[in-house]
Amino acid sequence: MRDAYAWLAIGVIVLASSTGDVLLSYSMKRVGDVHELLERRGLLAVIARVLATPTFFLGLVAMAVAFYSLLFGLSWGNLSLVVPASASLTFVANAVAARIFLHERVGRRRWIAAFLVAGGVVLMAA
Amino acid sequence: MTLRKYLVLAGITVFSPAGDALLARGMKETGGISLHNLHSLILAVFNPWVAGGILLLLAFFASYMSALSWADLTYVLPATSLGYVLVALIARFGFHETISPTRWLGIALITAGVGFVAAGPSLTPAHQLQRPHHDPVSQEAKS
Repeated sequence: MRDAYAWLAIGVIVLASSTGDVLLSYSMKRVGDVHELLERRGLLAVIARVLATPTFFLGLVAMAVAFYSLLFGLSWGNLSLVVPASASLTFVANAVAARIFLHERVGRRRWIAAFLVAGGVVLMAA
Repeated sequence: MTLRKYLVLAGITVFSPAGDALLARGMKETGGISLHNLHSLILAVFNPWVAGGILLLLAFFASYMSALSWADLTYVLPATSLGYVLVALIARFGFHETISPTRWLGIALITAGVGFVAAGPSLTPAHQLQRPHHDPVSQEAKS
């Protein structure tokens, strides 16, 4: 039963965190380069601009769901299972989602990197 | 990529596993949470280890947001994945979990993946086309 709970949590984490990642990445691309904005307009302007982006809050909600699922998962499974397993699946989900929803050009170099990392994370969970 | 941007990526790499480790420590003290006692999930936030973990994860979040403002998601994620190697090392030396040869191989693969993506551009042309006014970043992606 502990394992079933842990894997249930892992499934929810993957879904929620890739949704959150895509929404947050989309939001921050709309906000623009934070470092530049920080130098030109100051911290308050950066915060105001981020808070004025509605998709940012949707991303936060998805991340909050992922976070509480992580707490849930960590209370049932080992740190060395829950974190790598959910991370590995999130990598693949994110690469696909970034290509479809964010129109990022996921070239050969990035696919190799994503699969090396995801594979590495799977081996670490073994 | 400037030194400052590499420091932000390093921040993401370190804050996230350190936060996870503190959370794990706190949640082990709290004990197993099931669907029958969900209220203890909310109370868990007041455990000092969990609270410390949350603070670190907030620092992670700020660095992560910053990085996503000037780099692709598919760049930021692999580039900061050394964090999982850190999780394993913390699990090994902090929690005395064993690291098998397979797991060491996993660590090697992740490290190779990080090298692959870090050597490429941080922002792909899709965003340059969307934001042609944004010169400093798009010039950097070309280099």
